[in-house]
Amino acid sequence: MELKYETIIGLEVHCQLLTKTKAFCSCPTTFGSLPNSNVCPICLGMPGVLPVLNKQIVDFTILMGLATNCTISNKSIFARKNYFYPDLPKGYQISQFENPICSKGFIEIELENNSTKIIGITRIHMEEDAGKSIHDLDIDTLVDVNRCGVPLIEIVSEPEMRSSKEAFKYLSAIKQIVTYLGICDGNMEEGSLRCDANVSVRKIGENNFRTKTEVKNMNSFRNVERALEFEIERQINLYEKGESVIHQTLLWDANKNVAIPMRSKEDAHDYRYFPDPDLVKVEVDEKWINEIKKTIPELPSKKLKRFITEFSLPKYDSEVLTTERDVAEYFEETIKNLNLKNPETFKLASNWIMTELLRVIKEEKVSIRLLKVLPINLAELIDAISNGKISGKIAKDIFAEMLLRGEKPDVIINKKGLIQLSDESEIEKIITKILDENPEVVVKFREGKKQLIGFFVGEVMKLTSGKANPKIVNQILLKKLNNAN
Amino acid sequence: MSVTIKEVEHIAKLAKLSFNKDEMDLFTKQLNEILNYVEKLNKLDTTNVEPLSQVIELANVFRGDTVGKTISTKEALKNSPSQMEPYFKVPKVIN
Ligand SMILES: [Zn+2]
Repeated sequence: MELKYETIIGLEVHCQLLTKTKAFCSCPTTFGSLPNSNVCPICLGMPGVLPVLNKQIVDFTILMGLATNCTISNKSIFARKNYFYPDLPKGYQISQFENPICSKGFIEIELENNSTKIIGITRIHMEEDAGKSIHDLDIDTLVDVNRCGVPLIEIVSEPEMRSSKEAFKYLSAIKQIVTYLGICDGNMEEGSLRCDANVSVRKIGENNFRTKTEVKNMNSFRNVERALEFEIERQINLYEKGESVIHQTLLWDANKNVAIPMRSKEDAHDYRYFPDPDLVKVEVDEKWINEIKKTIPELPSKKLKRFITEFSLPKYDSEVLTTERDVAEYFEETIKNLNLKNPETFKLASNWIMTELLRVIKEEKVSIRLLKVLPINLAELIDAISNGKISGKIAKDIFAEMLLRGEKPDVIINKKGLIQLSDESEIEKIITKILDENPEVVVKFREGKKQLIGFFVGEVMKLTSGKANPKIVNQILLKKLNNAN
Repeated sequence: MSVTIKEVEHIAKLAKLSFNKDEMDLFTKQLNEILNYVEKLNKLDTTNVEPLSQVIELANVFRGDTVGKTISTKEALKNSPSQMEPYFKVPKVIN
């Protein structure tokens, strides 16, 4: 049934910009301050005040525009978007309507089958955030205006996504770009990245769009996919029953897994935009654009491709390592510090970061940069493994120590006497002793129970506190066991 | 150009204002008078004139991203008709 239909999704993504101060006043943007403490007459909407634009916001927005292949408008203006809500003291939000600063861009997303798709970006504009309303009380609503005036960019896509999966990919790509650029922390759960979706479906082959709905309140990546799937199915079911879709806004309820229609406000969209007379136009010339171009870092899609070619890493590894810029840079710094540089040691570094370090940062919810294990020390650990100084098993114990105290691996190895035992004659002596003490197991092995090799390896490791070089242990064991003398 | 009483009602609603029938009639008449007066501007040919959004011919007035002075929560709440420190208090907006 669903195969007859195709989905049309467009996303509006809001990103809170990582500036120190608000968009039009010098109040701090610090998250989690006491309610109504980061305020001044400008963001409180007092009469007679004059907003002045924070230049950093323009720089950040141009940066995002360039990173998403937009045209940067040489002249752009601010507009007032008028509506009444208690968390908007001025009665209007300063935004951009005509002449947004960036327009006509695109990004590339990767689809399941390894093909890529271009998703158009209609516009990116600058605006200010509203405050926060708290509805917990029975009779009143409480208002905190700390967030009023915090700078946002709104990135509006073309209606070019054809499934919830594509929308998810697009949103992930946007998050990756803003975090790589360092203009937004990309945290959906805390609301620094927000996403609204316009959704409609139509029969395959139809050329016109049918009525769309707007889905809001999807405050995690998982919710976005779920909410969109819910809404797509709801619309298809309506059409299948011969009913029609009403143009409305739905709010996603993550607890009940349903999208609930917002009470209809027929005049809610009459925002009566007009140019804000308090703010002068922004003019961006070639020189300014070129200065910002110089600051664009290597973007995730390019980094991903380079990791595959330069370090011979599997695509999966490269994807995981480039998801976050910090992790990618940590990896590269580790590689730079390796003594032995070849595809095997690169892969070893990738494995350590993907399994050990990413596990720790996920568990402790910290940035990789805050770990006590520095890239230079991880490189030393990997060198010690690849030159046979320590075994992979011992390396894990050393890593645990490094995590706790940030010591260099060599210090831990020497302090604890963890150097791998590779002396063949010494290992042979130990093995001879073990074989002598366990004649009945030796007989069983020789009768064909080859899996008993594990028992002997275990015994060797016990006697050497895990320090014996497993490769040499295996060699000598097999030589001795297979020699039936 | 003229406005109907329906449009005036709509504008009043958007502004969260309510008026009685007589006031509505009066405002509709007054608004139309103003619009008719301003209508004179349409006599000018503005075909090749770019719309002006700012009367001051300035561009790029910026501030640096440096934290400045804020006011205290007490001061911020001082002019509001209703408060519950440290919040502003307003009639409930959603159920
Ligand atoms: Zn302020």
